[in-house]
Amino acid sequence: MDEYALIMRHMDGSKIASPEQMQAWMKATMDWIGGIAAQNKFVSGTGLVFDGARVVHHDKTVTNGPFGEIKETIGGLIIVKAESFEEAVEFAKGAPVLGGEGNTMEVRKIAKRDGAH
Amino acid sequence: MTNEELVPHLFRAEHSKIVAVLCRVFGFEHIEIAEDIASETFAAAIETWPYKGVPPNPTAWLYTVAKNKAKNHLQRNQLFAGKISSELTKHHQEFEDALDISEQNITDSQLQMLFAVCNPVIPSEGQVGLALRILCGFGIDEVATAFLTNKATIEKRLYRAKEKLRQHQVAIEFPPDKEIDNRLGAVLTTLYLLFSEGYYSENKDNVIREELCLEAMRLTQLLLANPQTNRPEVNALFALMCFQASRFKARKNDNGETVLYGDQDESLWNYHLIEQGMKYLREASHGDRLSTYHLEASIAYWNTIKADTHEKWENILQLYNQLLQIKYSPIAALNRTFALSKANGKEIAIIEVEKLQLTDNQFYFALLGELYAGIDDQKAIENFGKALKLAKTKTDKHTIQRKIDTIAAKA
Repeated sequence: MDEYALIMRHMDGSKIASPEQMQAWMKATMDWIGGIAAQNKFVSGTGLVFDGARVVHHDKTVTNGPFGEIKETIGGLIIVKAESFEEAVEFAKGAPVLGGEGNTMEVRKIAKRDGAH
Repeated sequence: MTNEELVPHLFRAEHSKIVAVLCRVFGFEHIEIAEDIASETFAAAIETWPYKGVPPNPTAWLYTVAKNKAKNHLQRNQLFAGKISSELTKHHQEFEDALDISEQNITDSQLQMLFAVCNPVIPSEGQVGLALRILCGFGIDEVATAFLTNKATIEKRLYRAKEKLRQHQVAIEFPPDKEIDNRLGAVLTTLYLLFSEGYYSENKDNVIREELCLEAMRLTQLLLANPQTNRPEVNALFALMCFQASRFKARKNDNGETVLYGDQDESLWNYHLIEQGMKYLREASHGDRLSTYHLEASIAYWNTIKADTHEKWENILQLYNQLLQIKYSPIAALNRTFALSKANGKEIAIIEVEKLQLTDNQFYFALLGELYAGIDDQKAIENFGKALKLAKTKTDKHTIQRKIDTIAAKA
């Protein structure tokens, strides 16, 4: 069994949702994570706060971000256990973030510490 | 109170205290001697009290006798005395002072014993057994009854557990402050196991079951009474025990069969315990660590509200979502999905249950049966049938059969 990161990518993180929408989204996300945990496949997870985000550029300048020219941003990620990429992808398909048009889930295998990926 | 009533409970309560106090002086290596002295003390009481009457302060009488017996033992047994007194000289203490029977020392000794017994070097069933024997003063046959097994098995189990403690030279002492958090986890696990042993056991003997729960609660209160161990998670565990124990009388019928939550007579619930639970859960909310006991106690709190509201099930669902992220267990996964069906609907829950694939678990099929009922009765009966095959106890089989009959009657 390997570990995979399921990364939530928002098309436009600066879009403001209504409190009602946010609450519904939060519940759906908690239920989605709970469903994975109920299968004993949840490892860890963390949300990322949009507010106050900064981007440090190549020339060390700092901008408020990450919503400049590229609007896409990472909203959070969870790490799951899965037998295969297919299984990890199935988990990702259930992510409520996909309800937003243009949003995506990125599925990445976690590198093992033994050096053999 | 008559003598017959007074004696068994007094002995049980005092046995553990006398053993704890003596052990603190003798060291764990000599626990059998401590246990013998405690037994001899009660024997002395049985020999005198019926003829001369129960002394005005029976407890003080017991301690005086135990103390004298301990001294006599030291005088008789020079080798043992040598070991003990060299230990005591190391600590610049006289035996007389060391054998302190003040209330404070008794409580301290019991707490220290609790930490010694709940040591991960012994398997958990050994810890629970030792706790019952040493800290709760249960006799070997009472421990055997509690575990639904025989005396020989328990004797072996306790012997091995004590040997392990000796091999690892586990000291009867309070852990250093910075280690308390670490060690407390094992103690709480054992106390919860002890409680569950009483609460969930198939034991027909209601008295034994209830006493296991009460003893677990009494030991947890020892931790609450000490400022160093009065931590949020201890309060949370105690709250959990209160909420669960509040349904103790309603959970079993007169034949010792389990009564399902939905069928329980709420007038049998203990509302005083529910209030206690709420008080300790509030206490538990100080601090920044959310333990599994916090989550389980909060779930247990919602279960003390019988009305089927959306708010209740939504809260239970989110608590299980969190609990499963910290500590997975098949039963929590199934309970979470039941809450999901109440909060989000049966159809969604069926899809989620089927992902769990706990196909060796009767409750997995029972839950599927429950969810399919009214949606697809044929599938409901099929699933209950599978649950019936896996069910082990008579009560479970009976309950499942009744479900099948009800659905079949409607069809």
